[in-house]
Amino acid sequence: MCDTCGCSSGDGAVIYKPGDASFHVHVGDGGHGHHHDHVSHAHEHAHSRQVVFEQDVLLRNNLLAERNRGYFEARNVLAINFLSSPGSGKTSLLEKTIPLIKDDHPVSVIEGDQQTTRDAERIQALNVPVLQVNTGTGCHLDALMINKAVREMNLADNSLLCIENVGNLVCPALFDLGEAMKVVVISVTEGDDKPLKYPTMFHEAEVCILNKTDLLPYVPFDAAKCRQNAMMVNHHLEWFELSAATEEGVDVWIKWLKSKLKED
Amino acid sequence: MHEMSIAMSIVDAVAAKAGEEHAQKVNGIELEVGKLSGVEIESLRFCFSAVAKNTIVEGADLAVREVQPLGECSECGRRFPMSFHYAKCDSCGSFKTDLLSGRELSIKSITIE
Repeated sequence: MCDTCGCSSGDGAVIYKPGDASFHVHVGDGGHGHHHDHVSHAHEHAHSRQVVFEQDVLLRNNLLAERNRGYFEARNVLAINFLSSPGSGKTSLLEKTIPLIKDDHPVSVIEGDQQTTRDAERIQALNVPVLQVNTGTGCHLDALMINKAVREMNLADNSLLCIENVGNLVCPALFDLGEAMKVVVISVTEGDDKPLKYPTMFHEAEVCILNKTDLLPYVPFDAAKCRQNAMMVNHHLEWFELSAATEEGVDVWIKWLKSKLKED
Repeated sequence: MHEMSIAMSIVDAVAAKAGEEHAQKVNGIELEVGKLSGVEIESLRFCFSAVAKNTIVEGADLAVREVQPLGECSECGRRFPMSFHYAKCDSCGSFKTDLLSGRELSIKSITIE
């Protein structure tokens, strides 16, 4: 039960706006409506029969993702889905990226976390529009959450939309949000074999950013080996090495990102 | 635990189809799951039985056909079975391989009465 409006939210996701305690949108049932009430029909079906189906299990999510994608394309919005383990530095990377982009292109952000509006508050400090999706017990954002969030955002034409997914290297890989590209972030405090251990995510991504390179002298992390592992899984990956903390290497990433914004 | 979302998607899709077909009961569901789809079949079964409770799909048998992934070498064009997202081409040794199949996740048919 939602304690503000009394509606039943169950485990569904909720969208919050930092600094506006009265604003919230229930994503609903997260696109997973149940069908408990089935009317019995008078016909007797004594024999079982097979009905050919041929439907993608994630059809509903994928159709909605394509609607989101069409909207982004029509408005010339470059939507990027940022993914990583918890703590790899997605929010820190956005904090360094957004100020370097927003004078040339409007930037909006959707933050995904199970709980709290902490990340959205960090982004709000940069004076860009931001909404927080709290997935509750959910381990990933889905296309419906993005659809609902975008409806509340009034995105600018020719802009950048950064979607920071729930910190998780497994589940978000399967759920298309309608983004133009997935950017996977790993940090040098993780293992350099991470691309091999979580290949689905690295396979789905277009870009891989190795973060926290300022810590390389202190940790047994082989950046070249990590890149090689990532390229084994996905040889199409664009690769960047940077430190969001010291900003070393951030210029190369920004230059590339700006070239993608110009292409649109 | 994305298998829970996936199980919910299966139950929703099958219940809707069963409703269209005026079914009383769903006895079986035939799924096709690629070995590199990112779905753990045992987790999916576990979630499915929980999610299917009190729906027309409750108790349905989940028959899963696994699809062996097929890769293609982007250097020499050879096609070969892959077990992981990365594989060395067994002809030229390149790691520049692309996955042609093995990420399927679809409902093929349902058995109803």
